[in-house]
Amino acid sequence: MPDPQNHPDEAMEPAGGTGATMDLAQDEARTLERQPAPSDRPRSLWSDAWRDLRRNPVFILSALVIAFLVVISIWPGLIASGNPLSCDLANSQRGSAPGHPFGFDNQGCDVYTRVVYGARASVTVGVCATLGAAILGSVLGGLAGFFGGAGDAVLSRVSDIFFGIPIVLGGLVFLSVVTGTTVWPVIGFIVLLGWPQIGRIARGSVITARQNDYVQAARALGAGNSRLLLRHIAPNAVAPVIVVATIALGTYISLEATLSYLGVGLKPPTVSWGIDISQASSQIRNAPHMLLWPAGALSVTVLAFIMLGDAVRDAFDPKLR
Amino acid sequence: MTTVPTEPPLLEVRDLHVEFRTRDGVANAVNGVSYTVSAAETLAVLGESGSGKSVTAQAIMGILDSPPGFVTKGEILFRGQDLLKMNAEDRRKVRGAKMAMIFQDALSALNPVLSVGNQLAEMFIVHEGLSRKDARSKAIELMDRVRIPAARDRVGDYPHQFSGGMRQRIMIAMALALEPDLIIADEPTTALDVTVQAQVMELLAELQREYSMGLILITHDLGVVADVADYIAVMYAGRIVETAPVHEIYRHPAHPYTKGLLASIPRLDQKGQELYAIKGLPPNLLHIPPGCAFNPRCPMAQAVCRTDVPPLYEVSPTRASACHFWKEALDG
Repeated sequence: MPDPQNHPDEAMEPAGGTGATMDLAQDEARTLERQPAPSDRPRSLWSDAWRDLRRNPVFILSALVIAFLVVISIWPGLIASGNPLSCDLANSQRGSAPGHPFGFDNQGCDVYTRVVYGARASVTVGVCATLGAAILGSVLGGLAGFFGGAGDAVLSRVSDIFFGIPIVLGGLVFLSVVTGTTVWPVIGFIVLLGWPQIGRIARGSVITARQNDYVQAARALGAGNSRLLLRHIAPNAVAPVIVVATIALGTYISLEATLSYLGVGLKPPTVSWGIDISQASSQIRNAPHMLLWPAGALSVTVLAFIMLGDAVRDAFDPKLR
Repeated sequence: MTTVPTEPPLLEVRDLHVEFRTRDGVANAVNGVSYTVSAAETLAVLGESGSGKSVTAQAIMGILDSPPGFVTKGEILFRGQDLLKMNAEDRRKVRGAKMAMIFQDALSALNPVLSVGNQLAEMFIVHEGLSRKDARSKAIELMDRVRIPAARDRVGDYPHQFSGGMRQRIMIAMALALEPDLIIADEPTTALDVTVQAQVMELLAELQREYSMGLILITHDLGVVADVADYIAVMYAGRIVETAPVHEIYRHPAHPYTKGLLASIPRLDQKGQELYAIKGLPPNLLHIPPGCAFNPRCPMAQAVCRTDVPPLYEVSPTRASACHFWKEALDG
């Protein structure tokens, strides 16, 4: 157990006892102490993963960022008192001013308020699209993996077709046909293109879980298909799906911004980072602050979700433990 | 074997054929197996890996992976009723309640994310519709029954928190839960160390007597068989080559393959000598040799063995051997 990252409790040692004076025997004794003691609490894959996560600084940091994002997307008024849509053209492109730390955009709207309110669109699209794609993908992929046969073959080819669609081009076509001012056409499009990725993962992990002896054993003891799937296979196959979905969430948020930037995603008066980045991009030399703040917020958000996905993946992989 | 004419035996397998349709061709895993098990009787099915003993068991249980496995011919009569003609739902109700199976490796045969108590209780909830609370107390009762110490405290533990022997006891408890008439134990002690093996076998034999169940004990370990089995069926290349009451087969094997198996058990008085081994390898099931499948490895093989498949010759009313020269084998 040489990896100090997994043992933050090391940091809590009194400083005087550590360092060069500490001899090997002492080190060994402390290592032994840390061996997982036979505890009374049941330990499963899930509780092990949770214990790993709680000690992982990457997880803690990204979870805090995400929690903050979720809170401000529900109650943006908590940290921004203004209205993102009340703008004064007289302030167009002005820089930082008292009460307006991020300055103003083209239309003279307060950039800080718009960045705060823009979180809602991003988080809504990210969470809803991920939930939709994860549910659709794991149901279809799971059933295909469990039953196999012709349905599986058809589903695999259909997902191959979806994999072949370039996502930005597909978005341009789809969203110029299905239009609307709400977030739902964008979410619908992302679910449509996102589920095959999760479906493929779910199919693979159900096939792996299905071959386990305990599934065979449960069948031999009279369990029917639905019981096998829900009670014996699903809990053992869901971990990879959760991991992929968490990472996908970050990319879905950036996809929404990309589509909004191209003018086919969300549309004003919806407040979105993608729209603001798009409008600011032409003025980058005159007023870089108009671009940098929403782009920064977007980057931090996407990074937080991808880091969370990484941490979750590591926690669910027993080989890394 | 002993069958009362008025009542059908507990389980009768007749001329069972199972094949696996693989990319490389059709593997004939089981080629006409017949055997009978009566209540309170133990039949040991003996054979090397790939001899078809486990596949036969899976076909009886109806858990053959299909595709690629298919039962192509034969009957499996359970109390006179052909299981192969039942619909899937009726068959499912037989599993667990009327016949159950114990698997080789209990760690992989128990669901890692459910506590053992939950898995045991599930049997009662699914098949008998008990409430969660009643099912749980039944589960504790069962764990007591298979002599797991402090069952009440351990009912919430997960499979990996138990030792190998304790896990196998839990497997046995699960199989026993609904007091089935027939239990198939597929190498139940292979994954255990020798002292624990003896304890688990003893427990299994004792519970079998108590509930007067039929037991099919699948094994490749001749040592395990001697104490607990009533009859032995030796399988080779998907076929039964010899059946006999257990004590007779040890003293007078009537098939050269059985003789080879018995000769390859290490004995104390052989110390320092080389251990006998049957020459060659078991046949590839995709290309079973013509005639007697054992002929390329058989020290007694003659011309007829390479052309004619030997039928099961009756050696005595309780014994049979699929060897053209069973008389010579018996005498030699």
